[in-house]
Parts: sequence; C-alpha cells; structure tokens
Amino acid sequence: MGKQLLLEHVNVPGIEKLDVYRAHGGYKALEKALRMKPDALVEEVKKSGLRGRGGAGFPTGMKWSFLAKPEGVPRHLVCNADESEPGTFKDRYLMSHLPHLLVEGMIVSSFALGANTSYIYIRGELLYVYHILEKAIAEAYAAGLLGKNILGSGYDLDLYVQPGGGAYICGEETALIESLEGKRGNPRIKPPFPAVAGVWGRPTVVNNVETIAATVPIVNMGGEEYAKIGVGKSTGTKLISACGHINKPGVYEIELGLPVEEFLNSDQYCGGVKSGRKLKAVVAGGSSVPILPADLILTTAKGEPRLMSYESLADGGFQTGTMLGSGGFIVLDETASVVKNLWNFTRFYHHESCGQCSPCREGTGWMEKVLHRIVEGHGKPEDIDLLWDIQSKIDGKTICPLGDAASWPVASAIRHFRAEFEEYIKHPEKIKDVKHYYSVRNQTAPVA
Amino acid sequence: MPQVTIDGREIEVPKGTTILQAARMLGPDVAPPAMCYYSKLKTSGGYCRTCIVRVTKMNSQNPNPMPKPVASCRTEVMDGMEVVNFTSPEVLEARKGVVEFLLINHPLDCPVCDQAGECHLQDLGYEHGASTTRYDFERREFDKIDIGPYVQLHMTRCILCYRCVKTADQLTDGRVHGVINRGDVAEISTYIQNSIENEFSGNVIDVCPVGALTDKTFRFKSRVWFTKPVDAHRNCTKCSGKVRLWFKGGDVLRVTARKDQWGEVEDWICNDCRFEHKKVSDWNIEGPSPISHHSVISQNHYELVKLKLETGKKLNEVKGKKKESAK
Repeated sequence: MGKQLLLEHVNVPGIEKLDVYRAHGGYKALEKALRMKPDALVEEVKKSGLRGRGGAGFPTGMKWSFLAKPEGVPRHLVCNADESEPGTFKDRYLMSHLPHLLVEGMIVSSFALGANTSYIYIRGELLYVYHILEKAIAEAYAAGLLGKNILGSGYDLDLYVQPGGGAYICGEETALIESLEGKRGNPRIKPPFPAVAGVWGRPTVVNNVETIAATVPIVNMGGEEYAKIGVGKSTGTKLISACGHINKPGVYEIELGLPVEEFLNSDQYCGGVKSGRKLKAVVAGGSSVPILPADLILTTAKGEPRLMSYESLADGGFQTGTMLGSGGFIVLDETASVVKNLWNFTRFYHHESCGQCSPCREGTGWMEKVLHRIVEGHGKPEDIDLLWDIQSKIDGKTICPLGDAASWPVASAIRHFRAEFEEYIKHPEKIKDVKHYYSVRNQTAPVA
Repeated sequence: MPQVTIDGREIEVPKGTTILQAARMLGPDVAPPAMCYYSKLKTSGGYCRTCIVRVTKMNSQNPNPMPKPVASCRTEVMDGMEVVNFTSPEVLEARKGVVEFLLINHPLDCPVCDQAGECHLQDLGYEHGASTTRYDFERREFDKIDIGPYVQLHMTRCILCYRCVKTADQLTDGRVHGVINRGDVAEISTYIQNSIENEFSGNVIDVCPVGALTDKTFRFKSRVWFTKPVDAHRNCTKCSGKVRLWFKGGDVLRVTARKDQWGEVEDWICNDCRFEHKKVSDWNIEGPSPISHHSVISQNHYELVKLKLETGKKLNEVKGKKKESAK
C-alpha cells in the first residue's frame, strides 16, 4: 500500500475524539501554520501542486491566489461537503471517521485565506455526519482551537456546519452559495466568480472536503515533499471510493499514478472483479465521467498502461479517455448491462436537474424517457441517434456543469457500447435475462 | 470604449455592455433572439439559452476562442472581441436544439391561446426551430391557477423564463411569487396559491413571452390580430398612464403597456389603467401604434392601409402622367 496521508490513523479507536486525534499528531499542522505567514501558506499549497479533489481538478493554490482581497470586506472559506455523486462516498467516510482532520484543515485554510468566518456545507442526507462534525467543532472551541485568539496567535475563526436540503445541484459551488444564503439552490450565472462575489457578495473560496483535509499533510510535510508523491502534475494522494462488481468495495487512499490494473486487481485495493468474472466496463470518477470499456480503462489508446492520475485517465480526450473526477470508481462485470446502468444514471440527473436553464431541464427528462423505453423493450432503431443528438445539444450549453454531467455518460455509452443498444432494440426479449446492473438496490454495501 | 465585432460587423459600445445589447445596437438582423432576458429587469437572462453565441476571439490581448457557447445576454463585451451568431452553423444548430427543448413540454395549444399572434415562442419556433418534433411522449401538464382577480396562470404553457418572478420581485414589495419544485416539474407558483394583490401585478402578463400568464378581463374575447392597437394616455397618479389600447370596432377590449421593437415594455403600468379603464372616454387617444411588420398583428391593418395609400399614390401619379401626356 502506498503512503497514507489522510487515512493513516483511521482505524485508531476513538480517533473522532479530540484527545485521541491530538495524541496521534493532530493539530500539529495548525500550530505550525499559525507560526507562518498566510501568504507563505498559500505558496506552500501552490508548491504542493494540490488539485481540487471534488472533480474538476483545478489547482488549489491558484484558486486561492485568485481570491479578491478588498480592504475592509470579510472573506469566507466554504467547504463543499455536499457529496452526492452516484458512486462517490469518500468525503462521507473521511468526515465520519476523521472529523478533526477536516476541522484542522478548515482552520489552516481559513488562516491562509484570511477568512474569519467559515462554513462547512454538508449534504442534508448525511445528518449523522453533521452531528459528528458538530461534536468535533464543539470540542475544538472548548480547547481554544476555534473562536477568538486561536492558540494565542491573535487569529479568530468561527466555523459553522450547515446541512443542505438534499439536492445534488447544491454541490455546484454557486448553487451551494445560494443555498447557504438560505435561497433556492439554483446555480448563479458566472461571472462574477465566487472568488470575487460569493457568499453574501463577499470574496469566497469553495473547496472540497478532501482538498481541505489535504492541506494538513501539506503543512506538516511541506509543499515540496508532498509534490514528490504522485506522478507529473497529479501530486499527492487521492481517496477513491470503489464499488460495483468487485471483491472489496470501500474507500482507499492511493498515491496518484497507481496503475488502474493494480488498483483493480490488487488485494490491497479492490481485490479483483467479483466471482472471477470478466471486466466489462469502468466508470472511473463518479457517474458523470465517461464510461470506458475494459480494454480502454486498463491501457490507453496509445497502448500505455492507464494510471490513476488526472492526466493518464484523461488521455485520449473523450474519444478514448475519461476523467479522474471525484474518485467514484464503479466497476461493471460481464453480466452487467451498460444500457440499464445508463438509464439509472440518467434517471438521477433528470431528478436532480434544477430546472433553471432549458437544455438541462427538458433534455435530461427526454433522455430518461427514451432510455426507459429502450430498457422496457419498446426502443426504436432511431432512438440511439436521437439520444446522441439530445446529449450533444445539452453538452456545453447550460449554466452549470450538471448538463455536461448528464450528457457525458450518454455520449460515452453510445460511443463504446452502441452494439448493446442495438441488441436491446432488436431483441427486446433478451433484456429479461439481464438482471445485474449497478443500482442502489443491487449494490453490495461498501465496507466502511 | 470596447470595440466588438458581431457577425463581421463592428461596433463601439460603452463598457459593461453585453453582447446581446451590442447586437441590438447593430440591428435586428444580428441580434440573437431572447426569451428570458429583459433589459428592464435586473439579473434577468441566462436561463433560456436561445441567445447563445460563439465567441471566436476573447479580446485584443487573448485571441483564443471561448471553449463553450455563451449566453450573449449575460456576457459582457471586451475590447477586440469577435462573436459569431447567424453566420455560424454551429450556433444555429445549437439554437435549434434549444427551441426544440423549449417546445417538447409546451402544449402547442396556439388555436385557443390568447397569446397567439404576439407570442415570442411562436416567433422563435418559426424563425429558429425545426418544422416537426421528435418528442413522442406525454407532455407535462398542470392545472390552471387563478392568481388574483385579474391574472390567470396556466403553467402548462410556461417556459420558466423567470421574467414574472423578477417583475414581481423588483416592481413591488411583499413578494409572494416564485418557483417551486425542480427540473422539468418546476413551476411558477405563489405561496400555496396565494393571490398576487398589488397595484402592479398586471405587468407579469406583459413580460410573459408565452401564454402562461393571461389577462382574465380579455380571455377568449378576440384573437389579437383582429384588434387594432392605438397609443393613448390618461392622468394616472400611480403610473405614467402611457398605454396601448386594443380596439375591436369601437370597443376597447384590452389595455397593455407599450412595447418597443424587442417586445419589451416601455413603461410599467398600474392595474387601475390596465383593468379598470376600458371606456374610450377614459383615454386621450394619440394615434395608431407602430407595430413591426414581422408581427402578424400588422398584417390586417397598417401594412394594408400603407399599401393601399402607396398604390393609390402610384395610381394617381400614373393618372397624372396620362393626363399630362393627353394634353
């Protein structure tokens, strides 16, 4: 197993308590950070090459340096804990097991950005995690790690946890900000970007849970040391939530650059495809990213072994590649149906579209209806081209990336598994035999 | 002042102008259609995506194109920006897609809809849409809701442009009206079917681009193209009192605000003027309203009158010449 920077102490009993966390080196990073200058901290994160762990992979140091700093206007840091992508459950695991790691990361990052009020916006369904975080924050306040004059440094920070109402769209940063302000969670039209006008019109940085947690090891070991882990521009470690037809579903911390084949078959990680069946396809980064067939996920189109890194997974663009995304690694074996699986995803996006802009509002529903018709055995031969056309008219035409996220799975499934669609339409009687597909009902519970 | 090129035509515009506004300055032949943008309403636009254009050159410093098509109504111009709209097949195809999306859940009940004839969605469908639909599922339906004594909401026709929400929000206090639910079942609604009771509620009818919000005092009275628009005014303590009366014979069937060439109201009017003054004696008549000739409303009246006048003039000229030659 590679370096464990985030999950090193995850199995220590009582690690969610402050004293146990501190006994295992907790809040060392905070003490170190408070002795540094905020700008030096931002520099350190820049040096580390840390990239956003929420899906887009934008360099965190750069995002922080974009934050506008007008005189006399408060700034905010918001942690995006609205993890609702199908297939991704890494943040929930991190927060429920290591709440203090996130709290420490929030204090360090807020100090670096000069924010005196910060928020953790947590998905509404994760109410039990909300209580865990509340408890951790109360402990931190009592120990003087939050509130006025933290550890005698003169720096003040108030940290709040805000549960959402349970909408996927509130994971989009501007919708999250709207929801945080108490409004309907509709994405804002950009520009202005949150770095200029975010929460209550003030400069705001929105970062994923894992990104914020990663600042703790970065401060501890130094940005340059952190950058040595990983490969190329994909530095450090990444949490991957593996699920689907594998022997050992669960959350794993990998060093970026690990070969996909090793991740899939090694007993340290997924432990191979379930029951020794053949691999059919993998959705490598949560439901939004393009699905790849077995041969393309293990090796790139150029014939190089595919690695778990931002660049390697994206190699070949959307023609033959995919994205690392948020790290939801969904495996489908030979018994699974790509078409049924796709219908399940599309149903999700239809349900979660906010309804603000027309291509996504109408298009996601239309795609869902056409796919439903196909899996019910009433598909028409022209439906495949119709689906392709609908997705191409949503992709890139919407206010926020939900439209893209809804169209990419459809495009990639048709691109790589067109024959399966045709089979469904020509021989609807065969569909009855296909029972397995990745869905909430058929999925084995992840090992926590 | 930033200089922008749209479809090969250059214009200098004040800083902060959006691409759509710049295109409108150039004229209707380059201006993209807009279903949700309303220049008189703050933060409107960006939702319907019919005004999408492609930016082929960001600005004079950065010659790269923008990666995705942008909503021209919400994108400010930069100096040296180059934009393609009607000259780009890609933009036209994307717009065709947007029109199709807007129409898949629209009931297309134009024959019984009061808005027909002055409906922006009809115009958009004719100008930018396909002739048939590929959507063969059931369309979404809602019950009709009365919001107050004057306005009826027929959500089935709504395209969720948010204009009425912004109008209700920005013109008056005590907003009771917004969007509930999400996705393709999102609907404009008042809080538990509350009625909208304020002096300016009637303006939501004027801003609605489709027949979702209609005037209950005019419902099913006449097709709009059988009525004649006339500009008129009265002394009103609440609003400017500058309105447009719609005559059928000698009767005023409907009072609306005056609209400019982009279909946007010039002055908001109050409910008193709109709903309670339907006698000719209430108004000082100014004269026939200018109606753009692409509108079906113009077909019956002024264009014909103008044509008759022009043909008459020509006939007279010919007659005159004949007379002269006869001498």
